[in-house]
Amino acid sequence: MFQRTPAIARKFDLQGSVIYLGFIAIFLFFAVTLADDGFLTTRNLSNIVLQTAPATIMAIGLVFALSAGEIDLSFGSIVAVAALSGAVVMQEHSMFLGILAGLGAGLAIGWINGVLVAYLRLPSFLVTLATMGLFAGVARSMTDLRSIPVLNDTFAGFFGSGTLFGIPSLVLWTLGAVIVGHLVYRESRFGAHVIATGDNPRAAQVSGIKVPRIRLAVLMISGGCAGLAGLLYAGRLQAAKYTLGESDLMTVIAAVIVGGTALNGGKGSIIGALVGSLLMGMLNNGLILMGLAVSDQMIVRGLIILLAVAISLRDTTRA
Amino acid sequence: MTAHSEKEAGPVLELENIHKAFGGVVAIENFSLDLKAGEIVALVGDNGAGKSTLIKIISGVHAPTSGTIRLDGEAVSFSDASQARSSGIEVVYQDLALADQQPVYMNLFLGREKVRKPFGLLDRQGMMQETQALVDELDVRIPSASATIRDLSGGQRQGVAIARATHWASKLILLDEPTAALGVAETAKVEQIVQSLRERNLAILIISHSLDQVFRLSDRICVLRRGVQIGIRETAKTDKNEIVSMITGLA
Repeated sequence: MFQRTPAIARKFDLQGSVIYLGFIAIFLFFAVTLADDGFLTTRNLSNIVLQTAPATIMAIGLVFALSAGEIDLSFGSIVAVAALSGAVVMQEHSMFLGILAGLGAGLAIGWINGVLVAYLRLPSFLVTLATMGLFAGVARSMTDLRSIPVLNDTFAGFFGSGTLFGIPSLVLWTLGAVIVGHLVYRESRFGAHVIATGDNPRAAQVSGIKVPRIRLAVLMISGGCAGLAGLLYAGRLQAAKYTLGESDLMTVIAAVIVGGTALNGGKGSIIGALVGSLLMGMLNNGLILMGLAVSDQMIVRGLIILLAVAISLRDTTRA
Repeated sequence: MTAHSEKEAGPVLELENIHKAFGGVVAIENFSLDLKAGEIVALVGDNGAGKSTLIKIISGVHAPTSGTIRLDGEAVSFSDASQARSSGIEVVYQDLALADQQPVYMNLFLGREKVRKPFGLLDRQGMMQETQALVDELDVRIPSASATIRDLSGGQRQGVAIARATHWASKLILLDEPTAALGVAETAKVEQIVQSLRERNLAILIISHSLDQVFRLSDRICVLRRGVQIGIRETAKTDKNEIVSMITGLA
């Protein structure tokens, strides 16, 4: 009885490090095989970082949702609605109102998800599956499938191509979101309550944590992050279209899971999600540079994600 | 000062004519019990006797239909469990209510995490130290305060749950079947921890199905049968036969 359990063994297992090892391995693989195709050029590497910025921000939101034991499948549709809302409002009004519209749309859809999940106790999987389809439809009908140009240069600079002290704004957004996300997730009482809610909702509830409020909050965070991601897309492409965010669902979920966040709650990592997201971006980039056809890229990416998720989950499901 | 010390000598918890009905179904009938600081009272009865309902009434989950609850002589009525908690009543649930993937110290401070000024960031160091000091004091033998609950044995988990209750309870701890899932040696260890709570001047109300355990631990035994309070006996002045016949209603 009361013998020492091998907690030390746990510390040194692969759980936390698999993502970093995988990242390094794939990086080295591409660096060697694609050396002549320009993989290692500063331009290509910085492109990877810039392109993954929206996905990273969505991933941060998803870490909160998953950690609380919920899931958000609707963030891709939120991206499109938020980008279009921002772009449409900016056609007539100021940049400030456009930003407000984009973020507001994200938070509002997150609120709808959250209320249905937290207070009507509908499963988040089904709720967000439904709102994913619903708001994909809304995005299409908003502008009759038309793409809306974003002509505001300040906005395009702030959310897209601009720099501050020589650092691209998308990098700053990514860094800012990761730092704030990490502090809130790991170092605040709110973050601890999110994790506890996902780990054991009953324990959280009897410990005085307002579990429904946490569930509402994480889905609003996920929605808000998707809204910001939508603005970043609109800024970078200087246009908004209903297709934005459409293909991000698998990539972002994979990034988050590979980054060490448990699918069933109670455990997660913002830094891991960042590295996971960069890994997915690097994979995309490498496969394109390899000259694979789009169909082959999809197959290879699917297989690698499957492998990566299998490796990351092997540790977390071990009881 | 005299009034104060008199008050301290009085019972911590007084239940007077507690009655609880769910719709037309009577769960508890006229239950009365006093609990003094440093005293362990066992609540026994067959399944469905109303023990859990009574625990829920004391811990603020259910409000009694009628009757009075007094804490340190003052009548209280809790509208939810967090009010009971802030009045110094802690419950160790049968399922322990621990977050398995989190470290011991985060469980000890679950919902009441310590933060540092000025940014309100978690004071992990402080929580870890307080936890370590407490588990050492209670002799809960765990690898460390930062060990993950999942890596602990059943007895260690029970020890953590009791330590948490001890940390926050200023008056009363309710223990619901604390050793139901444990082996012999772990049960002995947990009983030893429960015994040590006497010295902390806490009142303990324990539900147990093991009469051996009840006789080892308690000062008094209170028997419930189908919501009716059959009687209270001083443990030293009764025996198992009497308690069994009180529980079953068979002479």
